[in-house]
Parts: sequence; C-alpha cells; structure tokens
Amino acid sequence: MKIDFNQLETPAPLCGTKEHDEISKHPSFELPVARDFDGFQKDAVQMVKPAKGTTTLAFIFKEGVMVAADSRASMGGYISSQSVKKIIEINPYMLGTMAGGAADCQFWHRNLGVKCRLHELANKRRISVTGASKLLANILYSYRGMGLSVGTMIAGWDEKGPGLYYVDSEGGRLKGTRFSVGSGSPYAYGVLDSG
Amino acid sequence: MTKQQANWSPYDNNGGTCVAIAGTDYCVIAADTRMSSGYNILTRDYSKIIQLVDTSVLASSGFQADVRALQKVLAAKHLQYQYQHNKQMSCPAMAQLLSNTLYYKRFFPYYAFNVLGGLDREGKGCVFTYDAVGSYERVGYSSQGSGSTLITPFLDNQLKSPGPLLLPARDAVTPLSESEAIDLVKTCFASATERDIYTGDKLEILILNASGTRVEYMELRKD
Repeated sequence: MKIDFNQLETPAPLCGTKEHDEISKHPSFELPVARDFDGFQKDAVQMVKPAKGTTTLAFIFKEGVMVAADSRASMGGYISSQSVKKIIEINPYMLGTMAGGAADCQFWHRNLGVKCRLHELANKRRISVTGASKLLANILYSYRGMGLSVGTMIAGWDEKGPGLYYVDSEGGRLKGTRFSVGSGSPYAYGVLDSG
Repeated sequence: MTKQQANWSPYDNNGGTCVAIAGTDYCVIAADTRMSSGYNILTRDYSKIIQLVDTSVLASSGFQADVRALQKVLAAKHLQYQYQHNKQMSCPAMAQLLSNTLYYKRFFPYYAFNVLGGLDREGKGCVFTYDAVGSYERVGYSSQGSGSTLITPFLDNQLKSPGPLLLPARDAVTPLSESEAIDLVKTCFASATERDIYTGDKLEILILNASGTRVEYMELRKD
C-alpha cells in the first residue's frame, strides 16, 4: 500500500514564481522586494483594511452543531456591507465561519474544500472534522507572521458525530463544544456561558 | 536609531468611482472618466471599464497601473479558458477567477477596487463586488472608489434589498426597468461629483442585456 505523503510537503513555498499549475500544490505567492517586509505588510494590510467587527459563534448540541454569525462588514466607522456571508460551506457536511480578513477566510476555506475533496478521492472516504481542521491549521501556521488574519471555526458532522474546532492565523487549533470568535465574542460568551 | 521609513511607495491612487446595478434581464455598469493623482487631474478621458466577455464587464477604480495589469491578466486567462473549454466564461466563473487572481497577490496586492457586472447563464443581471485582495460577494448593486461612500447610501435607499439571509433566498436584482436604472446611475454620479473632488468630467455607462452591449456617455462637472 502506497502511503500518501502529499500533505506532508512544505505548505508555503515563499519564493515560487511559477503560476499555480497543480491544484494540490500550495499556491505560491509573489513577495515584494522590500527592506522592511513587516512594515510593508502592515501598510498593505492598512490599505486592504480587513473588514472588522464580527460576531460568530458555534456550539455542539444534542442534534448536531449550531453555527451562527452576523452579516455586517465594517471598515472603521463605515459599514462596507450588510450582507456578508460569514458562514462558508466547505463541503455539504462541513461549515467554516469567517472572522478577521474576509479574503483570507474565503480563499483558505475554498482551498480547504479542495483539499477535503482530494482526500475523499484519494482515500475513498470523507475526511473527518479533525483532519480538515488540522489541514487548515497547518496551512495557516506556515504563513504565520505574514499578516494573514483568520479566526475561524470548523464545524461538521463525521463518523464520530458532530465536531467543532477553533482555528486561527496564529496557528492555534482547539477542539471544543462551544466557541465564539470576533469583536463581539465576549458578549456572546456571556450569553452562551450563562445558559 | 530611528526606524527608517520607505520614501517611495509603489502605489498611487488615481481616484474615480464605479457603480453597477443588476436588473432582471440587464446589467448597468458605470464609471467616471477622470484620472487624478493627488490634487492634479492627469486626464479627463480615461476609461476604467473593460468588457472581458460578452456577458462580463469589469469596472475598477484605484491605482490604474494595477488595474490595467489586472485587466490584461484576466483577458489572457479568459483566452486560455476559451481554448481549453471551447466556450466563453460565464459571469460567476469570471467572478471567481477575479477573486483568485486578486488573492494570489495577497502579499503585494493589486490596488484595485473592482465591480464586476454581467449576465449569468440564465440571462439575469449579476453584480459582484470585491475588496482589494479578492473577497467577493454577489449583490444586486454596488459602488466602489472615492465616491462610493456618497453613492452607496443613496442606492441602499432607492434599491432596497431584501434581507440577504432570508429563506427562501430572494433575488437581489432590482425590479426597476433598464431606463430607470440608467437614470438612477446618472443621478448618483451627478450627486457624487458635487462632493467628491476625484469624481467628475464624464460618465461612461455600459448596458448589457440580451441584445448585446450598449454604451452611453454623460457630461459631468469638470471642477
């Protein structure tokens, strides 16, 4: 039996200039030639201004997993959108939530969906929530310090029943039964924890 | 030792505003034609709109050098798609292509604020709105650029959207007729020109519907 080592390959090839030929390889990103990379990223992030001001929450209950999120995106004091979909469907049995950078969350969740599908095809069975969250956490860890902003919960149903993980762009990954992420999370916890 | 600051930025903002409105069987995409840099006007006659496919039109404000590069990349990718699949890209497909193209420059972004308008495979109008690194969403109308904070609240009022999270999912396209939508766009720009220094000179409007593409122009204030 041939062991599949694909997922162990280095996730973030920094200086790749080739275009993304194969879906399974990680996308390679051009980097600017700057003396102060960190400062440049900070300026670029300022320009991009990730939509802030989010409350997302998820918890496991008797019949499965409940996931909830608001739909406002704000840039400073301006509401840039009232209809943001912060709950992203990774595949028909797994959901991810969006908090932090909208583009970061959308792109990496879509990428995770692709990886989950490849796993299914390679292994003839669905990936577990544990596995999917680990895939995402490893990707985000490899881009640690580069300015990605992702605070997400991976919720789904697999062979072991309902699963819920919190994954963030610092590389953190936590298994749990109840999470809330975003600037409104303290208030959500207040309600979740008292009920 | 004080931190050294970069004394040259690779970016510049050429200003301008773009708007798109989706209707039941049409899509209106408009942008002003002023290109500025700081307090100077570089030209009064610069088009920010490009028709990538019969059914997809991209309007972008921001740094026009990056916009031009982005347009070229998308046109090239569309050509490759046509060779590989023997058909034109649909508007939702182009929308995702644009999102990925923007995100692949996540660490050195295209300074482009895009609105993609067009007709989906059913012939219904669709508008996709983006941020600079590729986060996107299908909406019924959108405005980007220096005048967007002035235009969006007005469009919110006129094109009252059903709540996007309602079930069953309701269409975000406006029930207005094509000519009403064009008048609305002209009104938006006339107002934005009054209060935004980067918007003005001339308005270019592209209208997509089942019979093809049409262009209209309207003069705006030049001050």
